[in-house]
Amino acid sequence: MDFGLSQDQEMLCDAISRTLADTCPLDHVRECAEGSVPFSDNVRSALGEIGIWGMMVPEQHDGLGMTMLDAAAVAEQLGYAVAPVPFIGAHVLAPLALAQGGSEELKAHWLPRIAKGEAQIAVAIAETVEIRDRAGVDFDGAKLDGTALFALDFLEADAFLVADTAGRMHFVAGDAAGLEKVALKTIDRTRSVGELRFSGVAGEALADDGGATVRRLRDAGRVLLAADSLGAGQAMIEKAVDYAGQREQFGRVIGSFQAVKHMCAEMAARHEPCRSLVWYAAHAFDATPDEASLVACHAKSHTGEVHRFVARTSTEVHGGMGFTDLLGLHFWFKRIGFDRQVLGGPEAVRAEAAALQGWTQVA
Amino acid sequence: MDLDYGPQYDAFREEVRQFLQTHGHRAPDGQGRAARPSPEAVEWQKLLILHGYTARTIPKEYGGYGAEPDILKSRIIAEEFSRAGIPAGLANQGISMLVPTLLELGTEAQKQQWIEPTLNGEIIWCQGYSEPGAGSDLAALKTSARVENGDFVINGQKIWTSTAKQADMIFCLVRTEPDAPKHGGISYLIFSMDTPGIEVRPLKTMTGHAEFNETFFTDVRVPLDQIVGQRGQGWYVANATLGHERGMLGDPDALENRLQALVRLMQKERIGQGCAMDNAVLRDRLVALQAEVAAMKFNGMRILSNSLRGDAGGMAKLVVKLQSCELAHQISALAIDAMGEMGILYHGSEREREDGAWQWNYMFQLGLIIGGGTAQIQKNIIAERGLEMPREPKFATPPAAEQATAVASGQNKGAA
Repeated sequence: MDFGLSQDQEMLCDAISRTLADTCPLDHVRECAEGSVPFSDNVRSALGEIGIWGMMVPEQHDGLGMTMLDAAAVAEQLGYAVAPVPFIGAHVLAPLALAQGGSEELKAHWLPRIAKGEAQIAVAIAETVEIRDRAGVDFDGAKLDGTALFALDFLEADAFLVADTAGRMHFVAGDAAGLEKVALKTIDRTRSVGELRFSGVAGEALADDGGATVRRLRDAGRVLLAADSLGAGQAMIEKAVDYAGQREQFGRVIGSFQAVKHMCAEMAARHEPCRSLVWYAAHAFDATPDEASLVACHAKSHTGEVHRFVARTSTEVHGGMGFTDLLGLHFWFKRIGFDRQVLGGPEAVRAEAAALQGWTQVA
Repeated sequence: MDLDYGPQYDAFREEVRQFLQTHGHRAPDGQGRAARPSPEAVEWQKLLILHGYTARTIPKEYGGYGAEPDILKSRIIAEEFSRAGIPAGLANQGISMLVPTLLELGTEAQKQQWIEPTLNGEIIWCQGYSEPGAGSDLAALKTSARVENGDFVINGQKIWTSTAKQADMIFCLVRTEPDAPKHGGISYLIFSMDTPGIEVRPLKTMTGHAEFNETFFTDVRVPLDQIVGQRGQGWYVANATLGHERGMLGDPDALENRLQALVRLMQKERIGQGCAMDNAVLRDRLVALQAEVAAMKFNGMRILSNSLRGDAGGMAKLVVKLQSCELAHQISALAIDAMGEMGILYHGSEREREDGAWQWNYMFQLGLIIGGGTAQIQKNIIAERGLEMPREPKFATPPAAEQATAVASGQNKGAA
């Protein structure tokens, strides 16, 4: 029995962590976040050398065919460094969707390119969780009409994978006729999301599997948002502890005051069990698919709550400095805020978890 | 990540299941497991020891089963007994705290005399640690033991001595060296509760029951050899076992069982034409607690796995007492809210649910948050040992004015 990351996974984490420490310091994050497109070419190519862009692409399509726990370990490192690179949409959900329901032509064309980091496909499934502003994309058997919000890894995408209102995925080329693309600006400027407006757009429908692919994408996305939040939360706790160990007031470091110490202890106490929950949810995605949706809900909603607390508490430990732009702590605060809301805030996700267990009369 | 225990453990699990199927009917009911176990419970305990399902790693010569430590086998035993709903081995303070202490630091004669009957449930112990003036700052304890004619003569008062009424024996911290620094002046004594000069008064708590006692000592004479470890080493002797108590309070199976009970309550408890589970707000709170129970369960698996590798538990372990006690309390709080007005019924009232167990739990679990190291002390431990934050500055001999300031702002640890 071995609960946790394997040696290989720990080595992967170390490699990513070192690469990000070298290529993705706060100044660089800030530079990217203030640009028109957040994605960092430097960080992308450095991480590409480790091979992470193809980690979820099957081996027969030039990828590494790794597990969701591997992906979660990577997501945690990206969250820790608030890395401005596409990942969850373009390098996990897109290859999963294509591998599960794409035609052989689609797979053969796109999967190797995703693996090399040469292609970026954004993924839009927000409406399968909650419909806001009457969004939703209808498929009439030939064309797509309507709106899809919060496509993940949106800017510079070469193509899109979008869920229709019946829960079927569609591939749409980036330059398809009748497709309008509108970037959405969020609190988190290390990520890119956007809106897709379809007017009679011809796409390519993926296999009609009664929503099974969408369900898997939602589970995977939630696990990885939770993992990202775990990394960002870890960073915020470490920063709070470091700051409290240096900042002096009343003639002593503030970290020696119980009031401050207890804020840090509360963060750690609530955060630490999240790690096991996220690991387990990632493992369940591959090993025990029957419970995967429920534990993905738990991981997503629980980290959402815990890390909201961590984000505000770490900021408070930093006092006035935490509130400034200069310190840059807000990049982590906002990353956590993004992770919490995307693919369902805690309440929406918990409602789904209740329905999965038959606790809701009308699911 | 590999959650399989492996084939030899599957065989062991099968063995435990067979045992439970064959012998489960001999297990005592809940009443048999009161502070003083019934004769049936003692018989059951002996049967469990014989098969190695409790006292598993205690050497045979002291009445245990004598197996090599195997964390997974212990875990399988706990899992299977819990799954079958059959009471596992006794878990009282004698077994969980005194026995490990004697094994580590007791004399051969002490081990021979006390361990076996304690394991069998024939000798019941209580713990004499806390005092009215020594709670979080336990080392400030004042109960004294002076030496006189070959005896320790004990005077003072202990509090929170659960099972003192039923106990045959007490393991007790007393100050034997009044001039030594506070941690260095303490000794760990064991003596009979029948010794003249001991008075036990029930301590009624907010639950309305007396789950604890106050114990008073007036010239209680204890032979000098009834000490564990050396004079003045009692603090270190006691600390060898405090870890066991904290481990005991954070059992992930217990949280899971409480949560399942809450789910059943919310499905059963009627509100109008529906049930409590139909209320979206209550349901949301339930799922939030479920997620947290899951996190603690997997955290427990991580600790287990770490200890298989020989790693200390680290932060994952340091947070268990704080988080588990809080979570148990929250589960009871939701149960009361799900019952609405019915939630206040107590004292054996008409219409009371489950004998008032949820209200009792809600109150008693607040006691558990405070006991065994308060939540505030736990946070100090997490911050100082887990996060390596600076310790509380020590004021060597503070001028009176500074001392007053320190006390007023609650900065000394004892004020927690």
